[in-house]
Amino acid sequence: MKKLMMSSAVLALTATASFADEVRVYNWSDYIDEALLEKFEAETGINLIYDVFDSNEVLETKMLAGGSGYDVVVPSGTFLQRQITAGAFQKLDPSQLPNLENMWDTVEQRTAQYDPDNAYSINYMWGTTGLGVNVGKVTELLGEDAPLGSLELVFNPENMEKLAGCGVHLLDAPSEMIPAALKYIGEDPDSHDPDVIAKAEEVLLGVRPYIQKFHSSEYINALANGDICVAFGWSGDILQARDRAAEAENGVEIAYNAPSEGALMWFDQMAIPADAPNPEAAHKFLNFIMDAQNMADASNYVYYANGNLASQPLLVEDVIGDPAIYPDAATLENLYTTTPYPAKVQRVVTRLWTKIKSGT
Amino acid sequence: MQRLILIAVPYTWLLALFLVPFLIVFKISLSDVELAIPPYTPTLSDGIVPFFKALDFENFAFLASDDLYWKAYLSSLRIALISTFLTLLVGYPMAYAMARAPEEWRPTLMMLVILPFWTSFLIRVYAWMGILSQEGFLNQFLLWTGLISEPLTILNTTTAVYIGIVYTYLPFMILPIFAALDRLDGSLIEAAEDLGCSRFQAFWLVTIPLSKNGIVAGSFLVFIPALGEFVIPSLLGGSGTLMIGKVLWEEFFNNRDWPVASAVAVILLLILIIPIVLFQRNQQRQAEAEQ
Repeated sequence: MKKLMMSSAVLALTATASFADEVRVYNWSDYIDEALLEKFEAETGINLIYDVFDSNEVLETKMLAGGSGYDVVVPSGTFLQRQITAGAFQKLDPSQLPNLENMWDTVEQRTAQYDPDNAYSINYMWGTTGLGVNVGKVTELLGEDAPLGSLELVFNPENMEKLAGCGVHLLDAPSEMIPAALKYIGEDPDSHDPDVIAKAEEVLLGVRPYIQKFHSSEYINALANGDICVAFGWSGDILQARDRAAEAENGVEIAYNAPSEGALMWFDQMAIPADAPNPEAAHKFLNFIMDAQNMADASNYVYYANGNLASQPLLVEDVIGDPAIYPDAATLENLYTTTPYPAKVQRVVTRLWTKIKSGT
Repeated sequence: MQRLILIAVPYTWLLALFLVPFLIVFKISLSDVELAIPPYTPTLSDGIVPFFKALDFENFAFLASDDLYWKAYLSSLRIALISTFLTLLVGYPMAYAMARAPEEWRPTLMMLVILPFWTSFLIRVYAWMGILSQEGFLNQFLLWTGLISEPLTILNTTTAVYIGIVYTYLPFMILPIFAALDRLDGSLIEAAEDLGCSRFQAFWLVTIPLSKNGIVAGSFLVFIPALGEFVIPSLLGGSGTLMIGKVLWEEFFNNRDWPVASAVAVILLLILIIPIVLFQRNQQRQAEAEQ
């Protein structure tokens, strides 16, 4: 038996050695221009294995189980913070990242809230959470002065009652919807007090009968096809819906509005797991991504803003000139961020969310 | 010695593939959640004595304190029972027809039942999303026939979950019933009819009782996996479909609470042990009867 274990250990060692020129990246789905992946392989000669996920929860479970085998992963800010506390990541080595000088301090200041001094991560993309609106249908139902850019649209039962027949989707993500509901009633969106969070439940239950679905990706197609009128979702996704509708020339006009009351700003951060098999190649990948041209190519492709100042002159006008992607200074001031819920509060939040969705 | 090996093999199998995984899950269910890798405490590296001292039944007490869990168990039981019954209703006539079909057709019919298994289960469930959605084939067909004027909402409801379970587990129902019916001695039915039974009476009084073992085996093979089903309710079900598999997922992924998730799994297993034992007994009795 011992001999068997020895030989399998040797096998494992040689296996790692033979993969030394390989880097494994785990990123969100539909979140990069695939040409960049080929470019990285051509430039560095490192074999890139690129996998995708579609929820922070799945990523976090892999991180906390350990031994994921990935060299670069992309958690959002609040999740990153918790995983740093759990010891899931290693500190970045700035000497291997000369392109760090390209980064944008406005974003770095905010991400430092999750990752002090940005010691463990670099920003990949950021965006806001807000309202995707089928302009024609909503103004038809609510009149010309419909509150297209206000939380009134989805949290006021009077508006929702009229919109119900046409279809409203909300994100199936309590960490996004509860802060928005709290913002609507003037509470602190980042509150961790269960009594305050319970007030969000009242708001959401008030409009629950008029919500067709809680889902975090179906709204892209549903908006673009004109199947639904309103979706509360992520900025880039709604902009993709807008472009798909425009391409299809189906008469559907979609607009994205960050709520005037204030919108949640989120950050997707690239980090290197503590047990990454090939941290050196991981640093090369991060440095490659922070290259101004590469980052601009990525943003031009996915329609999300990035945290790279040097890439801004290289962005197409559709991206840099669109206030839905790069908000003006005043809107930027109005954006808020949230911090992770402690375990006990997280349980309250998940329970509340189950109750809102299923009525139990 | 030979006898010992004969006994040892199945027990080693059971130990390695059932008991050891169960004990790991059971141990996690007695632990406490912690923000670390792995996300619970204690682990064996804490030392043997502190390890055992830190274990407690707190998580099970928690499950009892929130009505979500027993509601989800009950709802899963109901969905599993109803879909088992529906599968039987659909599967029995199919198995009966197969057993009555001419000898040379049977391999083909058998093939038709098994063939869908060659495609990934996940893809087949996704296909149902395409069939049942508002713009899906079913609604298009019904609109075309004029039976309905507005598309029906089937996808994301519990009805869709029933359809998915019945479709997926149908072969598990058909095959044991077919095996029972296939062995049925045709002369018994003739005898019943000679003695004055109508065809229906002969079916009800002779065929059904003689295929009982197949019905029982098929029902358990459908009921047991349906109870803990996760993929079908999460893809086809709506937010109102409460099933324990989904609750378990949420505990594990949303709450990151492995200990509570493990406690949910342990109780699910305890609930399943009753039908599994009954199923084993049925199989054993059948084997003995044949001897």
